[in-house]
Amino acid sequence: MYAFDFVRPKTVAEAVKALAAEDAQALGGGQTLIPTLKQRLAAPAVLVSLSGIAEMSGVSLSGGTLTIGGGTPHATVAKEARAAYPALAALAGGIGDPAVRSRGTIGGSLANNDPSACYPAAVLGSGATIVTDRREIAADDYFQGMFATALEPGEIITAVRFPVPEKAHYEKFAQPASRFALVGVFVARTGQGARVAVTGASADGVFRWAEAEKALSGGFSAAALAGLAPPTGDMISDLHGSAEYRAHLVKVLTGRAVAAA
Amino acid sequence: MPKVAMRVNGRAVSGEVEGRTLLVQFLREGLGMTGTHVGCDTSQCGACVVHVNGVPVKSCTAFALDLDGAEITTIEGMANADGSLGRVQQAFQDHHGLQCGFCTPGMVMSAAALLAENPTPSEAEIRTYLEGNICRCTGYHNIVKAVLAASGQDPATIAAE
Ligand SMILES: Cc1cc2nc3c(=O)[nH]c(=O)nc-3n(C[C@H](O)[C@H](O)[C@H](O)COP(=O)(O)OP(=O)(O)OC[C@H]3O[C@@H](n4cnc5c(N)ncnc54)[C@H](O)[C@@H]3O)c2cc1C
Ligand code: FES
Ligand code: FES
Repeated sequence: MYAFDFVRPKTVAEAVKALAAEDAQALGGGQTLIPTLKQRLAAPAVLVSLSGIAEMSGVSLSGGTLTIGGGTPHATVAKEARAAYPALAALAGGIGDPAVRSRGTIGGSLANNDPSACYPAAVLGSGATIVTDRREIAADDYFQGMFATALEPGEIITAVRFPVPEKAHYEKFAQPASRFALVGVFVARTGQGARVAVTGASADGVFRWAEAEKALSGGFSAAALAGLAPPTGDMISDLHGSAEYRAHLVKVLTGRAVAAA
Repeated sequence: MPKVAMRVNGRAVSGEVEGRTLLVQFLREGLGMTGTHVGCDTSQCGACVVHVNGVPVKSCTAFALDLDGAEITTIEGMANADGSLGRVQQAFQDHHGLQCGFCTPGMVMSAAALLAENPTPSEAEIRTYLEGNICRCTGYHNIVKAVLAASGQDPATIAAE
């Protein structure tokens, strides 16, 4: 790891100021960034830790909207969202292992946008809103391909707002060594129809499977998917699974997720 | 250099560290507490797990300065006041839950975190919770038995390997 200065502001405003410095980078839970720094794949001059910012942590329900602070660890979401949004809590409780869940945060996961990460599926599948220090971004506009997002340099995810769907479920086929999703599918039935978001499968990162959404909006049951061909598109092909295998998994997992929702 | 202060096993400690100093480096090199092990240094193996404010954390994947003011418990803090082995440690010894012992500090800390959250876990819950702790000697079966025993349950209830 190269050397850097470390600052730990107490408010979002102070953090935004610190991130305006040259080569400054935000630190969430560090569960992705610290391994990256060790490999010298990142070399910030200043690391701005968000862990001391109380206003960025916590889970709250108001009306039909669940708001999660951008600095909230996965373990806290797994516990505190259980009553209001069980599918989201279960997703958070299935990320990595307990120690990763103690530190890793929702904001860090979404800023990173790993193509195999779990939270992007929930955010896109729920039609959530990403709240930053300067604006609000709809999930449909936020994800812009593998490790790419709508965030500007120095922009901080302060919260994520989830409209709680009528029912939902996340079905993850874990890659056993990394514990990330080989493929993961998040399905939700909302007042405006069904949403299906797929992670782990596409080289473009998380995506909505439009044909499945259409089929499920007519009737939210696994049977409604029977006639569909697996999704096409730029499927990832690697030693863990071929493109065809991943496409097949998408269809199977979507069916399981709908049945379990 | 910046200063960091925390409580480790109930004792107030402080020291000078760099921004990039990991918690495990502060513990091992700064405080001379070498009970916490580094197995992989890539956040994968769990040998370095300690408790931070009561929850398990990989000390190779946290900066010391980020934990200023935190309450840390390490394997050195798991023994009884008279120096005898604590409940989880004793169960590991009784049930041969260690071979070379390299993964053991992390295993014991993760097991203790599980028992704090869930005092009588099932075999499946133990295996799931220990997902992030890798034993290169592959002694998992006896580790699971040890955790069952530490929770006051009969380890004979799980199938022989
Ligand atoms: C062993 C292991 C297993 C894992 N398994 C899974 C899994 O199954 N599923 C899964 O989804 N993930 C998994 N992860 C990744 C984990 O969820 C990370 O916690 C997450 O991807 C990054 O979150 P973080 O808070 O640790 O962010 P960091 O590592 O601190 O930061 C990641 C990136 O986000 C930026 N950033 C951090 N916070 C913010 C913010 N609030 N606003 C703007 N930018 C920010 C940082 O600058 C950095 O670029 C795993 C990680 C490990 C080590
Ligand atoms: S040494 Fe920390 S996880 Fe392996
Ligand atoms: S006892 Fe040797 S690594 Fe677990």
